[in-house]
Amino acid sequence: MDWQIEVKHRPGAYDAHGQDVLNQVRDLGITTVEAVEASRLFYLDTAAPEADVERIARELVTDPVVEQYVLSDGKPGVSDPRPAVIVRRKPGVMDPVANSTLQATSDMGIDVDRCATARKYYFQGDASRRDIETIARRILANAVIEDVAFEETGESVFRDAPPYEFDLVRVPLRQAGDEQLVTISKRGGLFLNLTEMKAIRKHYRQAGADPTDVELETLAQTWSEHCVHKTFKGLITFAGETIDNLLASTIVRATKELAKPWCVSVFEDNAGVVEFDGQWCVCFKVETHNHPSALEPYGGAATGIGGVIRDPLGTGMGSKPILNTDVFCFAPPDYPADKLPPGVLHPRRIMRGVVSGVRDYGNRMGIPTASGALYFDERYLGNPLVYCGNVGLLPRKDCFKHQKAGDVIVVVGGGTGRDGIHGATFSSGELTHTTGTEFSHAVQIGNPIVEKKMADTLIVARDRGLYSAITDCGAGGLSSSVGEMGAELGAEVAIEKVPLKYDGLTYTEIWISEAQERMTLAVPPENVDELLALFASEDVQATVIGAFTNTGRLRLRYNGNLVCDLDMDFLHHGVPRRESTAVWEPPDHPEPDIPPKDDYTDDLLAVLGAWNVCSKEWVIRQYDHEVQGQTVIKPLVGTREDGPGDACVITPILGSAKGLAVGCGMNPKYGDVDPYAMAAAGIDEAVRNVVAVGGRPDRIALLDNFCWGNCDKPDRLGSLVLAAKACYDVAMAFGTPFISGKDSLNNEYATDEGTIVVPPTLLISAMAIVEDVGRAVTMDLKEVGNPVYLVGLTKDECGGSHWYAEHGAIGRNVPRVDTELAPKIFEAVHAAVTDGCVRACHDLSEGGLAVAAAEMAFAADLGLDIALADVPRADGLQDDGRILFSESQTRFLVEVAADRAADFEKRFDGLPCARIGEVTDTARLVVTAPGGKKVIDAACDAMRQAWKAPLAW
Amino acid sequence: MPVKALVLRTAGTNCDEETQFAWEQAGAEAERVHVNRLIENPKRLADYQILTIPGGFSYGDDIAAGKIFANQIVHHLADVVQEFLAADRLVLGICNGFQVLVKCGLLPGSDGARVTLAQKATLTSNDRGLFEDRWVHLRVDTDRCVFLGQGEVIDMPIAHAEGKFVPADAMPIEALEKGNQIAVRYVDTDGNTGAGYPWNPNGSVGDVAGLCDATGRIFGLMPHPERNVLPWHHPHWTRRGAGKEGGGLRVFRRGVAYFA
Repeated sequence: MDWQIEVKHRPGAYDAHGQDVLNQVRDLGITTVEAVEASRLFYLDTAAPEADVERIARELVTDPVVEQYVLSDGKPGVSDPRPAVIVRRKPGVMDPVANSTLQATSDMGIDVDRCATARKYYFQGDASRRDIETIARRILANAVIEDVAFEETGESVFRDAPPYEFDLVRVPLRQAGDEQLVTISKRGGLFLNLTEMKAIRKHYRQAGADPTDVELETLAQTWSEHCVHKTFKGLITFAGETIDNLLASTIVRATKELAKPWCVSVFEDNAGVVEFDGQWCVCFKVETHNHPSALEPYGGAATGIGGVIRDPLGTGMGSKPILNTDVFCFAPPDYPADKLPPGVLHPRRIMRGVVSGVRDYGNRMGIPTASGALYFDERYLGNPLVYCGNVGLLPRKDCFKHQKAGDVIVVVGGGTGRDGIHGATFSSGELTHTTGTEFSHAVQIGNPIVEKKMADTLIVARDRGLYSAITDCGAGGLSSSVGEMGAELGAEVAIEKVPLKYDGLTYTEIWISEAQERMTLAVPPENVDELLALFASEDVQATVIGAFTNTGRLRLRYNGNLVCDLDMDFLHHGVPRRESTAVWEPPDHPEPDIPPKDDYTDDLLAVLGAWNVCSKEWVIRQYDHEVQGQTVIKPLVGTREDGPGDACVITPILGSAKGLAVGCGMNPKYGDVDPYAMAAAGIDEAVRNVVAVGGRPDRIALLDNFCWGNCDKPDRLGSLVLAAKACYDVAMAFGTPFISGKDSLNNEYATDEGTIVVPPTLLISAMAIVEDVGRAVTMDLKEVGNPVYLVGLTKDECGGSHWYAEHGAIGRNVPRVDTELAPKIFEAVHAAVTDGCVRACHDLSEGGLAVAAAEMAFAADLGLDIALADVPRADGLQDDGRILFSESQTRFLVEVAADRAADFEKRFDGLPCARIGEVTDTARLVVTAPGGKKVIDAACDAMRQAWKAPLAW
Repeated sequence: MPVKALVLRTAGTNCDEETQFAWEQAGAEAERVHVNRLIENPKRLADYQILTIPGGFSYGDDIAAGKIFANQIVHHLADVVQEFLAADRLVLGICNGFQVLVKCGLLPGSDGARVTLAQKATLTSNDRGLFEDRWVHLRVDTDRCVFLGQGEVIDMPIAHAEGKFVPADAMPIEALEKGNQIAVRYVDTDGNTGAGYPWNPNGSVGDVAGLCDATGRIFGLMPHPERNVLPWHHPHWTRRGAGKEGGGLRVFRRGVAYFA
C-alpha cells in the first residue's frame, strides 16, 4: 500500500531551505509572505506492516535532533490552514534520493517496492493564490521536469508505464517529395536540412528499401551539427576566398604546423592529450550545454559538467578526472523582470540554477572546480552559455584505444530512460518560447553518485587491462558511442539487453536516449566475466549488449527482429558537405569623447563594480575547489583569501612538485568591433593568466569553444571566419597549439519582437606545465617597500573596454595583440618568475591598469603608489583616463623583491617594462599623474566594497 | 610493523586518496577498502589499528549527509565496530566521515560505544543554506583527544553544506564541555570563539567543529586535515613561504604515534 512520510523541521530548528525560498520570494517583490516552511515528502509503496514503515520514518528519513515526521496514508485530511505547494517530479524523471532510500530500506531488512520523493512548502502571511502560483512557477518548480500541486489529491504518485509492444516502423522516404522530406525532418525533430534528407533518400532508393525509424534517427544524430561540425568543416566562401574546412585550415592547421612533440593525441579523441611527465599525460576538454541550461538551468548545467567529465573518462583508455572548469554567460542579474520575453527564465534564476547544478554535480564527483569566469551581457537573455571543462590524468601507455572485431560491447553505469532524447539534434537548432514544451524530454537529470562509482571502477578496470576501448555515451547516446567505436569495424547490438530505468521504451528510444552516467566499453571476450564481477563488486551496473564485428555494418536487433542495418561508411562519411557564404561588414562605433578629469577614483569604483569585473566569490566558494588535495594555487588568494587569482595551479600527482596551471580568456565586447581582435585577445588573456602564476609559455595547450549565433546567416559566419583566422595566427606566433575544441552555433532566441543573437563568444582555455609549484606566484602584494613594474605597452585601446561601457560607449580602438612582442614578454615574465624575483604578478585585463593595481592592493590590504608618468606607452598617449583604463594586451603588473630589482630588469632589456610604483603600508591605492596630481586615491576597504557588492548574495 | 590505517570508502566517497596519502605521509600503511568488502568479511576490520571514514558524499548525501552510510554500519557492522573499539583502536571521521560517526551514534558517543541510529547530536544545513569551501582556524579545546594537542591552533579548509553542529536536548553543549569532548572549535585570527561568520562558517552551536568520544579515541571533525599536509596547501604559502609540511599532518602523526 501507499504511505506518505512528511519530514518537517522541529519548532525552533532553523529551516535554511525555507529561509532561502523566502529570500527569493522577496527578490521577486512579493511582500505578502511572512515565512516559508519547507518539508520533504517520501512516498513508499510497500506491503510491510505499519511498524516497519514507522521505523523507516523514525530511524532513516528523519533527523531526530532537528526534524520530526508525520506518517499518513497520503489521503487528504491532514489539515493545515496555510496555503501549500507540493513539487513532484514528472513520471520518468530521475529521482536519486528515491533510489538511495530503497537501498537503505533494504539494509534495514524492509521490503519496499517503490519510492518517490517530493518537496512541500507552506506559506505564512496573506499571500493570494496568484502570488502562490507565481512563486511556484518562478522559484519552486520547473514545468519542464516537475509538476505542482496545491493540495494532496489522494491519488497514488506511482504510475505503471504501459509496456512496449514491438512494432517495426519504416519511414516512407523513397517516394517522398522534397517538401515531404522537410516535413519528415521537422516532425521527427531530426534537424536535417533538405540537402541532407535528399542524400539519405538517394541512399535508400539505391538500397531498395525505406529506412526504419531508428536508422533515420541514427543518421540524424551522427550528422548533427553538434556531432560533426558541418559548418566548420564545410566549404565557405568569404571575401573572394573559398575556405575548404575552416577548422582544418586554421585551428587544426596551427597544431599540425607547430608539431609539438608533447602533443600526444589532439583533435582525435574525446579530449586533447598532452604529456605531463614521462609517465603521465593530461587531457582537457571543454563542452557547452547551453540549450538544456536555458530550459532547466539546474539539470542542464549539472549534466553539462557530468557530460564533460565523461570526455576525459572516455579519452584514450580512460583518464581520472582531476579538475573542473566553468565559464558562464548570463544576462545581467538586475534585468527588469517585466521585460522578459515569453518562455525566458529570469537571468538571476538561470544563474542560481546553473551555479547550483554545477556545484551539486562537481562537488559530489569529488573533482575540484578551481578555474572559471562569469560574463554578463543582455544578449544572453534567451540563450545563456554554459561552458564546462574537465582535465583528466592518464598513464602515458594508455593514450590510445585498440578495439577489434570480436570484442564484446558492454554498457556500464546508469540505466537508460526517456531522458535526453533528441539532445544532440535539439541543441543544433534555435530556441523559441515553445522549445521548453516541445523538447522537455531533451533535458537530462543527473545522478552524480552513479557517475562517481562508475568512474572509480573504470580506473580499476583500466589498470587491470580488462577492456580494449572506451567512450562516453554523450550526445546521441548508444547511437553515437557504438557508432563511433565501430566506425571502422561494424557492430551488432541486441537492444532489449540494454538495462532500462523503467518499462515502455521503444527500441528507438533506447538507442538514442541520452540518459546520463553511461559509458560504452569494448571488452575482449576472455575478460568479460572478470569485468562484470568487478563492476558488480562496486554496485555499478555493467551489461553485455552486443559485439563489434568486421561487417562494416551497424546491425541492431530487438528481441531478434532486425531493426537497423546501416552501412558504417554511409553513416560516417555520407553527410553532404555544407556550402555557405560568409560576409563581414565592420560596424562603426565612434570613439567617445570623454573629457579629462582631475580624479578617476569614481571611475575606478564603477568599473570594479561592473558585473564582469566584480568579485565572483559567491560562486567560487560554492564549489569545492580543493578536493583531491592538489590545489596549490587557489582561485581566491591574498590575506583574506578573497583576491581574484589569475589561474589555479594543481599538482596532479600527490606529493610531486610538478604542476598544471589552468586559466581562460574571453572578451565578447571586443567582438562587437572586430572578431579577429577578440579572438586574439582571448588567447592572449588565457596565456597571460597561466604565465602570471608560473606556467611555462613553451608548454601551453589551448582549447577553443565557439558559441555563435545561427551561422547559416552570412554575417554570423563572417565573424566566425575572422575569429578562426586569428586563432591560427596567434597560436602560431605564441607557439601554443590547440588540442581540442567544440562549437555551438545556434545560440539565438526567437521572440515576437525579433531574434536575440548571442554576441560571438569565443572561450579560450589554457593549460600550462608548472615545472616547480614551489615557484608559483599569486597576485596579492606581499611586502612594503618592494618595487612594482608594469610590463608591456599601454596604447590608446579602450574600444570595447569596461571603462567605455561605464560611459555608455563601445568605441573603435579595440586592443590588438602585438604577435611579435607578446611571446618575448611571456618568456621574460616566466624567466623572472622561475628565477624567484617575482613576489606578485597580475595580468591586466578588464579595467586595465587601474583595476589590476586595485585588486593587487586590496587582496593584500597593502598600499600601492603608482606614477602614471612612468607607464611604458605608445607615442602620443597622454590622457590619464586612457592610460588607467586601456585594455591593451600582453601586460602584467609585477611586484619584485627589492633586492632582486636589477635581476628582474635585466630580463626585460629591450622590452617595454618600467618601474612605476612601490608597495606601501597605507592600504590605499594612490595614482599620481605627471605634475603630481592624485588621479586615484582610494582605500582598500572602499575598493573591496565596490568590487564585492554586486554579487554579495 | 607499521601502523595500518583503513580508509573506508563507498559510493560517493571522494577524499579517500588524499586521506590515504596523509596517513602514508605520517608513516602509516594505509589501504582504501570499499564497505562492500568489509560487509562481506567483517573480520577484516581487525587487521587495522585505525579506521578512517573520509570525506565525500556517501550515497549522494541523499536523505541527509552520511545517513545511508551510517544506516549500513548500524545494520551490517555493529559487532565488529564494537570489538574494534574494545581493542583500544582509533577512529577518525573527516567531514562526511564525521557526519557518519554522529549519525551512527559513535559521536559524541556513550559508554560502550554502541552504534545506534538514536543520535545525540546532528550536523545539519549551514545557516547560509549553501555549500561553502573556506579555510578556518581551529583551536584544540581538549586534552583528551589522541589526535590533538590542547591549545594548538590548526588551519584547514571546510567544504560542506551540512556542517552546522546542533546537540540534542539529551546531551547539551555543557555536558559535552564537561566531558572534555569538544575537540576543536572555530576561532578567529586571534584565537577567540564567538566571532560569528565567516570564522564559524556554518553557524555551529558553541563553535563546535569537531568532537571526540569520552575516551578520546574516536575523533570526528568537519574541516579537512588531509587538505593541509603539503608545503603548498595553505592559502598563504606564497605570502609567508612554504614550510616543510602542512599543519594538518599533525593529526595523522599523532594517530600513528598512539601505537608507537
